[in-house]
Amino acid sequence: MTFTRTAISTLALAAVSATAASARDQVQIAGSSTVLPYASIVAEAFGENFDFPTPVVESGGSSAGLKRFCEGVGENTIDIANASRAIRDSEVAVCAENGVTDIIEVRIGYDGIVFASQQSGPAFSEFTPSQWYLAMASEMPGDDGTMVANPNTSWNQIDASLPDAEILAFIPGTKHGTREVFEEKVILQGCEDTGAMQRMMDAGLDEDGAEDACMSIRSDGRAVDIDGDYTETLARIESDPDGVGVFGLAFYENNTDKLKVATMGGVEPTVETISTGEYPVSRPLYFYIKKAHIGAIPGLKDYASFFVSDDIAGPDGPLAEYGLVSDPELSDTQQMIESETILN
Amino acid sequence: MTDATAPIGAGQGSLIQQDSRTAKRNAAEKRFKMYGLAAVCVGIAMLIMLVTSILSNGVSAFFQTTIQIMVELPEEKLDKSGVRDPEVMAKVTTFGYAPLLRDGLQKTLEDNGIETELSAKDAADLISDESVAQLRRYVLANPELIGQTIPVEVLASGRIDGFYKGRVTYESAELDSNVSPEQLDLAEALKGADLLKTGFNWRFFTAPDASVTRPEAAGLGVAIIGSFYMMLIVLCLALPIGVAASIYLEEFAPQNRFTDLIEVNISNLAAVPSIVFGILGLAIFINFAGLPQSAPIVGGLVLTLMTLPTIIIATRASLKSVPPSIRDAALGLGASKMQAVFHHVLPLAMPGILTGTIIGLAQALGETAPLLLIGMVAFVREYPAGPPEGLFDPATALPVQIFNFTQRSDPAFVERASGAIIVLLLFLLIMNLTAIFLRRRFERRW
Repeated sequence: MTFTRTAISTLALAAVSATAASARDQVQIAGSSTVLPYASIVAEAFGENFDFPTPVVESGGSSAGLKRFCEGVGENTIDIANASRAIRDSEVAVCAENGVTDIIEVRIGYDGIVFASQQSGPAFSEFTPSQWYLAMASEMPGDDGTMVANPNTSWNQIDASLPDAEILAFIPGTKHGTREVFEEKVILQGCEDTGAMQRMMDAGLDEDGAEDACMSIRSDGRAVDIDGDYTETLARIESDPDGVGVFGLAFYENNTDKLKVATMGGVEPTVETISTGEYPVSRPLYFYIKKAHIGAIPGLKDYASFFVSDDIAGPDGPLAEYGLVSDPELSDTQQMIESETILN
Repeated sequence: MTDATAPIGAGQGSLIQQDSRTAKRNAAEKRFKMYGLAAVCVGIAMLIMLVTSILSNGVSAFFQTTIQIMVELPEEKLDKSGVRDPEVMAKVTTFGYAPLLRDGLQKTLEDNGIETELSAKDAADLISDESVAQLRRYVLANPELIGQTIPVEVLASGRIDGFYKGRVTYESAELDSNVSPEQLDLAEALKGADLLKTGFNWRFFTAPDASVTRPEAAGLGVAIIGSFYMMLIVLCLALPIGVAASIYLEEFAPQNRFTDLIEVNISNLAAVPSIVFGILGLAIFINFAGLPQSAPIVGGLVLTLMTLPTIIIATRASLKSVPPSIRDAALGLGASKMQAVFHHVLPLAMPGILTGTIIGLAQALGETAPLLLIGMVAFVREYPAGPPEGLFDPATALPVQIFNFTQRSDPAFVERASGAIIVLLLFLLIMNLTAIFLRRRFERRW
């Protein structure tokens, strides 16, 4: 009985494998977890309005997505990589090595990074990059340029206008693209603003060395790396009333009943201040298309055009409603997809 | 024992009166019992905490608030040509349907004498974004309805739904940028007019996943189908292969170094972290064999590899527990070795084998890690086709869907995730109960 069953299932598997040769008919996407919500909104609307099946969207991070994107050309590789940062030259080189030469870069808009704390917690309402540098740095130069461990333990030690609360910040872990933006646009900026960077350079460090020293985050437990998603940061904030967390604007906007946001450098993070560039901590979001797959995978180009159409990515579209800061140069992007302009 | 048989002499104590050493030993035994009981209590307390937290968060996922509205379907907007050809009508996208719903809600409010200060757009936020797609699908399927005013039952948006489940309150709405107290007032008015109802959420079991902006529409349909396909593959492959391997190893294979090596490896494989099987699956099934990503076939094959050792170990144990006298009797009556195994040993070992298989399947059903690498942790909205082709279509699985839900920003997804956990736990419970039932019903003791 067992042998017949084995034989039958083997046969069935063989038969099934034979039919597997049929072509893939849905677009496959992978990459940044920041872009994932936007991509899934578009994928959903695309499936509803077109005859093509709904694209499959995976997350996993910008780097992981681009790595899979660069694995090669063919049905078993993804068509689009979402990224919360621009593709690096090294990644382009890997791509080219594996035969992925023609890549179309699409900028979909901007994402704001906000600093928020528990709704009923201490009154964190205004921050500056300098304050964050003084709170987060692992070592700071003294007046004579020698490095001393960060002595600050509570926010009002840094600035009397800040509440008397223990420093406890939940920042994105190093695997997140958000961490890079946080370090460059907040910590490094603060390091320059406070003059700490100048003092380090005066004490003999070169510029790169000083930047690295600026961006090294304290590891005494007051800066907590969150490797998961913003939902994890939110859970940590909810259990630590003194905690301040780093969130994406869209996430904050969906949880305004639990979180209150602080201004950065006097500017409140809103879609408007981010699109004008007034609010300092923001970054562009992208997706990358394999040109070789256009035509081979049905609906790929339609999906890309639909993504950046005014109905979707425009200032009144569903993406903006969810928290994406729409790109003022959207029509250029639309043009670019139409003409399939490749990177460089 | 020795105490009881030893002669009672001076200094030996008596059976009636405990000496200090006996008292000590008895006390130690008592303590040990207490420790054991405490351990069990801690376990039960943890279980109760887990189950209550999941139930309190998740039971509401099985209920859904809907709103009944009248929608006019004007010909000049939906079908200018007037030919009622769905292909031509498909040119009107969901963006063209949104104003119809907005107007429909306004008209419904007027007809029922409900007054509100909200703008038409804010009022329309009470309705889920999903309903435009729902309306468009319905109209395309029934083109003859154009020109009429039809009643439509639409999903209430996540925040309004949350209001009737206690997740959203007037206080939180004050602070919430996605809902206002006025909108809650309007929802209450609709409820007063018997237009807004909360009912059992069948969609939760049948609907596919939905994007972050429509938690109210998200369901487990694709995940349940995906999990079912994978279990089917695991059952069809792991059971025959596992049983055949065990019979050979247990009944036919010579005892030598080679079979010892195999045995050690099987025990080892059972303890390998499941993500390793995912890496293997990616390398062999996707990159080498060219099977599609995100497909249940690959997930099923990977989980088969993971389940095989469990099934082999369980099967071998139950084959071993069949007493040799059965084999000897069969062989003594002239049966061949194969006849002895298949006619006598295997049927007697069957309950144990099935139990092992079901436990292996339950383990596979709850597995997420290996699926991460083969692209099944994804946003999938299309139902896979029927088997066998459907095995190659993208799908997700129940545990993966839970993981996906927990990552989303809208708090309504917490409820969906807990609801999905309840569904998964129910499946596991049913499978484990079946295993226990089979064991109790058919197991024979010698």
